[in-house]
Amino acid sequence: MEIPYTVEARPDTGVFNAKLGVWLFLASEVMLFGALFSSYVLLRTGAPAGTWHHGREFLNVPLATLNTIILIASSVTMVMSWASLKLNDFKKYRIYMGLTLLAGVGFLVVKGFEYGHKFEIGLLPKTNTFLAIYFTLTGLHGLHVIGGMILNGYFLGPGSKMFKTQPERFTNRVEVAGLYWHFVDLVWIFLFPTLYLL
Amino acid sequence: MSASDAESIRKQTRAYIVVFVTLMVMTILTVAVSYFHMPVGLAILVALVIASFKGSLVAAVFMHLSHERKLIYWVLLLTVIFFVVLMAIPSLSQWDQRMLR
Amino acid sequence: MALVDERVAHGHGEAHHEELGFWQKYVFSQDHKVIGIQYGFTALCFLLFGFSLMMMMRWSIAYPNQPIPLVGKLLKASGGIIVPEFYNQLGAMHGTIMVFLGIVPLAVGAFGNYIVPLQIGAPDMAFPKLNMASYWSYFIGGVIMLSSFFAPGGAAQSGWTSYPPLSDIAPTGQTMWLFGMLFLIISSVLGSMNFLVTIIQLRAPGLTWMRLPFFVWAQFVTSFLLLLAFPALQAAAVLQMMDRLAGTSFFLPSGLVVSGQQLQVAGGGSPLLWQHLFWFLAHPEVYVLILPAFGIVAEVIANNTRKPLWGYRSMVYAVTFLGFMSFIVWAHHMFMTGMGTVMSTFFQTTTMIISIPSVIVLTALLISLWGASIRFTVPMLFALAFLPMFAIGGLTGLPLGLAPADIHLHDTLYVIGHFHYVVAPGTVFAMFAGIYYWFPKVTGRKMSELLGKIHFWPSFLFMNGVFFPMLIQGLAGVQRRLYDGGASYSHAQPVLHWNAFMSGSAWLLGLSQIPFIFNLFWSMKKGEKVGANPWEATTLEWAAAPSPPIAHGNFAEIPTVHRGPYDYSLPGASTDFTPQHQLQEA
Repeated sequence: MEIPYTVEARPDTGVFNAKLGVWLFLASEVMLFGALFSSYVLLRTGAPAGTWHHGREFLNVPLATLNTIILIASSVTMVMSWASLKLNDFKKYRIYMGLTLLAGVGFLVVKGFEYGHKFEIGLLPKTNTFLAIYFTLTGLHGLHVIGGMILNGYFLGPGSKMFKTQPERFTNRVEVAGLYWHFVDLVWIFLFPTLYLL
Repeated sequence: MSASDAESIRKQTRAYIVVFVTLMVMTILTVAVSYFHMPVGLAILVALVIASFKGSLVAAVFMHLSHERKLIYWVLLLTVIFFVVLMAIPSLSQWDQRMLR
Repeated sequence: MALVDERVAHGHGEAHHEELGFWQKYVFSQDHKVIGIQYGFTALCFLLFGFSLMMMMRWSIAYPNQPIPLVGKLLKASGGIIVPEFYNQLGAMHGTIMVFLGIVPLAVGAFGNYIVPLQIGAPDMAFPKLNMASYWSYFIGGVIMLSSFFAPGGAAQSGWTSYPPLSDIAPTGQTMWLFGMLFLIISSVLGSMNFLVTIIQLRAPGLTWMRLPFFVWAQFVTSFLLLLAFPALQAAAVLQMMDRLAGTSFFLPSGLVVSGQQLQVAGGGSPLLWQHLFWFLAHPEVYVLILPAFGIVAEVIANNTRKPLWGYRSMVYAVTFLGFMSFIVWAHHMFMTGMGTVMSTFFQTTTMIISIPSVIVLTALLISLWGASIRFTVPMLFALAFLPMFAIGGLTGLPLGLAPADIHLHDTLYVIGHFHYVVAPGTVFAMFAGIYYWFPKVTGRKMSELLGKIHFWPSFLFMNGVFFPMLIQGLAGVQRRLYDGGASYSHAQPVLHWNAFMSGSAWLLGLSQIPFIFNLFWSMKKGEKVGANPWEATTLEWAAAPSPPIAHGNFAEIPTVHRGPYDYSLPGASTDFTPQHQLQEA
């Protein structure tokens, strides 16, 4: 017996299973990053006056701005890849999805440069509490980027075979992967100012 | 896929481009503002307002939250409530400590 | 299963389940029933193991510094004596194993997995692959936890709460505890997401929200708690891992002195941050422990009183409210951290408010018994015992929720007595009720009633023998986590004689579980064979075949629901139960 509502929406809820699933998962992710943000605020406001180190002392704002732009652009290509599938244009889908994946690689490369430079000049998580929270938050975010890239890579490569047999189901899958990818982008939109600019 | 559906998708893709441009402008803006060296409180406020605006654009347009089902809204409402509780931890504990002093 | 064969013949979609080999069918299974059994079996093993740790602790408490009989040979280094450091490991791991590896996986993983899809008339969980991943993530987490006993310096020993700074500077076992915890959290988050989607999306036609069996409601609220509360501990575990592995000081304040030496760290951290994050999870977690128990007890009581549950709707509203409130009571665990009066007043108030819905549920269950011709089956005995036991657990909690009383009772054995009354004769009894109640569904055979009664009565007696004296000792001021049970404190002397009594009760409680273990395995092979609905129950799981076939599809065809969950003894009906899928009276 097939599990119902994997493709079409359940009439009374209006969504298909995976969409509800990913939103619930994102709700959980909101709480995860929320707890870390909360810890950041607690540690920062709790620090005795003048002892807190600020991001601008150590961090490279232009590089991070570049990364912000890359990640936002990847969000656009991601949503365009979904729209292409909706328009039944598989070729365009592959181009946009490829660009999304490329942007992910670009983001990680830039991040790698940033990390590498800091390690070189001896700025480590244990140096002070700001760097500790910086490395924890960006590291965890980086892991999420990698996770999203694996997902996107699967849907660009082996997973895309499904488009031939069950196009609607595949489009749904890409939409769900997109929701996750946009969330990763969204987290960065908040990480960027709170870590780099303030 | 019917013609009207395709048309609405095309309309949406135009919206994506507009949002993309807006997000870029906002990113430049938030970086530029940070060079003004405003008082800390104001700087935090401005940065968070811009970030929230950008975040809502991503959520509303890219994640299609602007026209999502009620069920999803309920899930998110619940999350927002508990998120607020979570974010209240630092202020709760420190405000209370200050009252003690 | 003509339907299934036909579908395989057509061979569309992912329906090739009939040809599954042994490994895919029983080990890496994606079927919710097999996964439920896997969860159940693993969790029962962990419960037994966690219980054994406690029996060792009880030796040290009753007879400190004396070599422990039987298992003493394993402790070569200390000549069979449980040294304080080892006692701390036993304590921390007993708590961790019982809560995170025993009860939650049994209550949610096992019962939820096996029963929920059946009760809502679904062919399986919404995401079978994810379901499998949840189980194996739990399994890996459990293996890591167990292997930490062999780490240099032993297992985690900073209590199940792992408070820093102690846990930050503890031996390697604590790092393994954190890694194990991350796997358990991933398992819980994926699992609860799966449950929520299943319950929202896969309900059978006609099964509206107010027709859901109460057990499903309990699992629904539980899943929300797991989904939204666990990430806080996940964040905390990541931070503590950074402290331990990368040398950061999230939880280490400046100028911390350890063994007369100032700790060489950047400092600036806050130990209280851990407590906030930990209890943000762990208070909802308390309700994760009790809500499924409510659900099981409600099912068993409705079935054995042959009456509809009294106040079904108010019970549903109560558990929903309970789940919501459980997120804003966490700091009542922290009255002793020097918080001010404003915050403690707030959390006292919310704590008193949250006791109301628990009382509503308990009262509704009690009133359900009124005027019923009760069938005293084994599951019903456990369910009935649950009511007063949980009541003692709940009522003893009230003084702890009020800061002035908590200041005296905090960290005494009174606290231990309180929450064990909730979890041990409370939740664990409900789990037993569930096992006896649903065993015929899983195996097609009933468990032995006689052995069940031999299991029940001594268990009931000795549970109280273990935990009631704790309340007495705690009120006398004896603290928890003492390896000698308080022998070195003068204020503990008047109540010290209880220690041997409690330990004896604990070992006898252990012996009383032997009939259960024997019954469980014996009845699988030799138990009385029964049909699909041996208890004459109304909910949908009994509409499926006894021991529903593995592979997809629980029902020959998805049933349509026509009525509420507990239509027992309908006036004018030919039998005293009317199943949910029955259209009208025959």
